Amino acid sequence: MFSPSPKQFALIKSLLFAAALLPFARLVLFAFTDRLGANPVEFITRNTGDWTLYFLCITLAITPLRRISNWNWLIKLRRMLGLFAFFYATLHFTAFFWFDHFFDIDEMIRDVVKRPFITVGFTAFLLLIPLAATSTNAMIRRLGGKRWQWLHRLIYLIASLGILHFWWMKAGKHDFAQPILFGMIVAVLLLARLYWSAIQQRVQNQKRQARPT
Amino acid sequence: MLIKRNPNGIDLPFSSEITPREIFESRRSFLKQLAVGSVAGGALAEMLIHEAFAQGNQKLVAKPNPSFVVMDKPTSYKDATTYNNFYEFGTDKSDPAKYVGTLKTRPWTVAIEGEVKKPITLDIDDLLKLAPLEERIYRHRCVEGWSMVIPWIGYSFSNLIRKVEPNGNAKFVEFISLADKQQMPGVRSSVLAWPYVEGLRMDEANHPLALLTLGMYGEVLPNQNGAPVRMVLPWKYGFKSAKSIVKIRFVKEQPRTAWNLAAAQEYGFYANVNPEVDHPRWSQATERRIGEDSFFARKRKTLMFNGYGEVASLYSGMDLKKLY
Repeated sequence: MFSPSPKQFALIKSLLFAAALLPFARLVLFAFTDRLGANPVEFITRNTGDWTLYFLCITLAITPLRRISNWNWLIKLRRMLGLFAFFYATLHFTAFFWFDHFFDIDEMIRDVVKRPFITVGFTAFLLLIPLAATSTNAMIRRLGGKRWQWLHRLIYLIASLGILHFWWMKAGKHDFAQPILFGMIVAVLLLARLYWSAIQQRVQNQKRQARPT
Repeated sequence: MLIKRNPNGIDLPFSSEITPREIFESRRSFLKQLAVGSVAGGALAEMLIHEAFAQGNQKLVAKPNPSFVVMDKPTSYKDATTYNNFYEFGTDKSDPAKYVGTLKTRPWTVAIEGEVKKPITLDIDDLLKLAPLEERIYRHRCVEGWSMVIPWIGYSFSNLIRKVEPNGNAKFVEFISLADKQQMPGVRSSVLAWPYVEGLRMDEANHPLALLTLGMYGEVLPNQNGAPVRMVLPWKYGFKSAKSIVKIRFVKEQPRTAWNLAAAQEYGFYANVNPEVDHPRWSQATERRIGEDSFFARKRKTLMFNGYGEVASLYSGMDLKKLY
């Protein structure tokens, strides 16, 4: 079983960090070389939204991957990946708040309340904030592992809201190919957890029954 | 944006402000010379070459019609031909430019039938000769909240109506687009019920603004813009303007139009540009002009009927909030 040395792990982590910044670097490069196409705002908004979903999926894939491969060190990459999901979500929200509403909070709130697909996306973004804020080791200690874990299960809800947001966005154009794909990926990742937790439950029950009375 | 209005509400620029065709043309050839002369000049030259030589379609001679010109700056040819909604070639706005190579626009016929005294099938050369070709610069507002300014070539659809002589039963006109899986990869998907159908009430179809369109930017229509023949209805959202038309029917009943069938609560039959009636998922009060408005600027205000107030009388007495 592959298990990297501390040095190798540091290298893997730095490479992953750089790779995760590439989509952002690409946007900046395109913005300065006039390659964002005819509608740059739409390009930036969609691109950062897409990358938020990609990073949510990648983050959710860590636990199943770890279980299948027994590469326990993968867990040490999860926080960084989750924070990148938050990073792209923040860019996505900023594009909406800036380019669509020009920092007009009243107008933005009206839009959020009036339009379900924005309500859902905005809620998902708000829910990400406490997760990002409690991602430090100090916060994990302060909250205690159990409570921290419970809080961070919000990510299942956030990912589902993200898919719904994308689904409703595409609904008017009747173009569900991508939302279906994302939805299936998230569904598999969540169902895998349910499956494993059911197995664990059964093992525990069997142990309990096997105990002498 | 500068819009001049006379009391009839028709946009009338001063004749001195219209760019004469010769100057328009000479600017283009200047651009080409500039591009050729600086091939080694890197990115700028590449951009200019693209700009100049993208206009490789057959030229179409048309007389500018000063009654139908807006003062807004025309959108670049590149933006107008690479950012398109034409679902027959895919749902992404870059898809049409990529996949229209398979569309065969000649030979092409348009069957005109239904409640008319003289049904007829015209080929594209008949259509080009049916009435004098005019160049008109129209604003184009997409239901998605962006807009362009396009120099179209065509003539009022009323010319064709007169030719086929509708009878008393003709209350609506139905436009049917080509739906050929061989030529149009998007038709294989089920995003819309093919063929694409659009429609107008007879009085709308008779309005001089309703343009039967055969070209743009001094050329025949590029495939991705609805070649070889389409409608342009500048006071309505873009999706009302059917592209690549193969059949025009004069009918008694209001046609079942494609987007209305797909999502009636989002896309009405009339689809007049109206800043006061929101799309369920976004406001229609503002728009972003492609290629003009920097993304650090506020979006510009959308005008009622896209600024074409002369059509207002067609809808007097109608509740445009309900009949959106």
